[in-house]
Amino acid sequence: MPIFIDRRLNPKDKSLGNRQRFLRRARDELKRSIRDHVRTGRIADIDREHAVPMPRKGTSEPTFGDDKESGRRQHILPGNRTFSPGDLISKPGGGGGYGSAPGTTESEDDFRFVLSREEVLDLFFEDLELPDLVKLNLKQILSFKPRRAGFTASGAPTNINVGRTMRNSHGRRIALRRPKQAELDAIALQIAELEAKPASTAMSERIAALREEFDRIERRRRRIAYVDPVDIRFNRFDPQPVPNASAVMFCLMDVSGSMGEREKDLAKRFFVLLHLFLTRRYERTEVVFIRHTHEAKEVDEHTFFYHTESGGTVVSTALEEMHRIIEERYPVAEWNIYAAQASDGDNFATDSERCIELLDRKLMRLCQYFAYVEIIDERESHIFGSTENGTSLWRAYNAVDGKWPNFQMRRIAAPADIYPVFRELFARQPDLRKSA
Amino acid sequence: MVSQARKSELLFSGSDWDFNKLSRVYDEIEAIGLEELRLDIYPVQMEIISSEQMLDAYSSVGMPLMYRHWSFGKHFLYNELLYRKGARGLAYELVINSNPCIVYLMEENTMALQALVTAHAALGHNHFFKNNHLFRQWTDAGGILSYLDFAKSYIARCEERHGMAAVEAILDSAHALMEQGVFRYHRPPRLSSEQQREGLRERLEYEERSFNDLWRTLPPSQESGDTKTAGDDDAAERKKSLNLPEENLLYFLEKNSLVLEPWQREIVRIVRVIAQYFYPQRQTQVMNEGCATFVHYTLMNMLFDRGRISEGAMLEILRNHSNVVFQPAYDDPRFSGINPYALGLDMMQDIQRISTAPTAEDRDWFPDIAGRGDWRDTLLDAWANHRDESFIRQYLSPRLIRKWRLFVLADGADEPHYEVASIHNERGYGKIRSALAQSYDIGANRPDIQVVDVDLLGDRHLRLQHTVKDGVMLEGQSRDATLRHIRNLWGYDVSLAAIDAGTGAILSERWTKEL
Repeated sequence: MPIFIDRRLNPKDKSLGNRQRFLRRARDELKRSIRDHVRTGRIADIDREHAVPMPRKGTSEPTFGDDKESGRRQHILPGNRTFSPGDLISKPGGGGGYGSAPGTTESEDDFRFVLSREEVLDLFFEDLELPDLVKLNLKQILSFKPRRAGFTASGAPTNINVGRTMRNSHGRRIALRRPKQAELDAIALQIAELEAKPASTAMSERIAALREEFDRIERRRRRIAYVDPVDIRFNRFDPQPVPNASAVMFCLMDVSGSMGEREKDLAKRFFVLLHLFLTRRYERTEVVFIRHTHEAKEVDEHTFFYHTESGGTVVSTALEEMHRIIEERYPVAEWNIYAAQASDGDNFATDSERCIELLDRKLMRLCQYFAYVEIIDERESHIFGSTENGTSLWRAYNAVDGKWPNFQMRRIAAPADIYPVFRELFARQPDLRKSA
Repeated sequence: MVSQARKSELLFSGSDWDFNKLSRVYDEIEAIGLEELRLDIYPVQMEIISSEQMLDAYSSVGMPLMYRHWSFGKHFLYNELLYRKGARGLAYELVINSNPCIVYLMEENTMALQALVTAHAALGHNHFFKNNHLFRQWTDAGGILSYLDFAKSYIARCEERHGMAAVEAILDSAHALMEQGVFRYHRPPRLSSEQQREGLRERLEYEERSFNDLWRTLPPSQESGDTKTAGDDDAAERKKSLNLPEENLLYFLEKNSLVLEPWQREIVRIVRVIAQYFYPQRQTQVMNEGCATFVHYTLMNMLFDRGRISEGAMLEILRNHSNVVFQPAYDDPRFSGINPYALGLDMMQDIQRISTAPTAEDRDWFPDIAGRGDWRDTLLDAWANHRDESFIRQYLSPRLIRKWRLFVLADGADEPHYEVASIHNERGYGKIRSALAQSYDIGANRPDIQVVDVDLLGDRHLRLQHTVKDGVMLEGQSRDATLRHIRNLWGYDVSLAAIDAGTGAILSERWTKEL
């Protein structure tokens, strides 16, 4: 008889350490493919697992191997039907023949594998230089609350449902005819009575019979337990997501010619981050895309990021459009409204006044949060650093910034600049959670 | 008789397995195997694992314990993808050459499959591991698991102490040389330090005894010749002291590298020991699988004949068996080389046939075994004493060559055509047999790379030599990358010269300086 070991219950993921080592090794290339994914994918898609191609750089395993293109060799093959010695067979498509082993190195590297959601987010966050606490918060899935949901046969001792358990035990005792304590007592009493009387053979026989009966009942009681493991029932709890209110996120972007590929990429990351934040906090998050030149229009995500349109720049049109949509579809009582605006700061001087007015009078009252980023050239970041002056829109928004605490604005030149825009927002989390 | 009394008893029915059935089946199979086939096996330890754990085992080269390295993660992803896509099924079992012999069974297998797999792995492979001379000489079945355990914890400790990146760098370099990290022809002498000291003392004693001052007074021979021989002598002396040439690059680097720290040497050693452990397996693919397949096929048929397996189960077993030994022809889209299971099984059944019912041709070719009657002895002897190359060279019969319709294609890289060199006819048998044997000789097929010289007192430049056979050069890109790894381990410049085996001409030379 051999030794049997059941390994099925051993911890799985024995190779998790190897996977982590592999991902770390391929970090740069994976980061690049996640970046491409952010650039080309939808905003909401960042928050899930994602298949990436096998990185080639840094993950090859070189060994000394034969060059298939040189030298003389022999192939031994089965299944000859028509050949005779001396026959010439032209090589198929040059290079390796039928007999040569398929190049394992090539095919092995040429496949895609799936990164988990956590791994995708880790790679995404890396450029943004988020504080760890924020990362943790963003990666967290919705909070769950246990809710009673019937009974189960297994569970923690603290969850034993005594009522259920005793009911089962009672039923089983009746079904198996477990003798009651009273029967035992009655026989014991009888024995005692008989023993008190003067002894005789008939009497002692009777006593012996009673004793035997007494033992039998006692054995039976021992065999059929009062409470058996099969009787025990536990309260079952079902994790239920905590209901959150809904949020709508407005993405506003200037799409006039001055917004290039780099600017849009930065803007997109800015939107993705806000979106991640909102999906964590609210059960339902909708995104509205408004792009504008000298007039504003609500568009779908693809158009938003990939269609350019020529024209002047009138920012207030976008704000008006946003206001119109709020009035129409997102009553403030039901929706938490967030807005993120990205622009290169160009605007007609006269229009900036109008923007201030719109924000001040209408929008800021409706919005939970309004974040504005001005995307500037990396070289300009030294010049503008922290100065008050800047583009006309910047100067105008400065006025709003002073007045409304839920307004944030920032110049960004690199991905790492994005997070500070939201710093305020993430810092307020505890309040938000309560209000939700 | 007892066996008749049990005759009507099926060992199992239905497709579900449980531990009682497994144990009953194992006992029965073991009894028949030992009695009828005269197998000799290590005690068996069977472990039931899930498909996920099988994938884990796949990625760590089939061992239950392995140190951590990113390349295993990569292989896991690859295997997992193929499995999830359904492009490849998983093995039904995995067997470890250890004592006790560990056999992994997949939980998804049906009872019939478990019986098949038990016969295949727990008896067939197990017997082969215990008896084949390569495994007996070169691997330590009793110690491998504890060694791997040591390796795993040692490398984990190194990661803690020296950082993951440093350990990874050494492992990467050592892995690149795994193929060149085995002793192919001799075991390194295992001298204890006591013996070493003893040897040294004896040598000194001999020198003292044979000292003669007269030698010093001999007049020096001609000037020019003298300096030349002195240089040559130096080189010869140097090579002798380092035991050069040396085919085992990892061994050489481990012992002689000038830059490795002790813990790095130990890691190189771990990789080398593991490479050496797997070396016999690679030389005995056909035999090992053939032996296991022959054993399971024979045992299952015996069980069926004795009425211990139902017809339904037998059908399932046969179906799986024929999947395993399926050999498509060269022009079949499913063809991917010669199936070692099929070749091994066919050759062993052929030996059985030759022993019991030989033809005149067999008597010509195999005078010593033809018609000997007891095929068991012949097989047991072959299993114990051969590797693939010698087994094929000795036992591949003309009849089997005809059955397989084997032919040899000569392939010159610079010619536009393949040429059919031999087919299954009277003139071809010998050539096909020796060509096929040759193709299983991994000593001859792997690039032959050796350390030939190193100047420890000069610029510490390590010279490697690749002996080029039949004009087959090394693939350039991976060669350069591997040379870089050697440089990492050696610490100084490395050069690799390609020398033609026939003419001795230097075909090319590659320096790490140029990379």
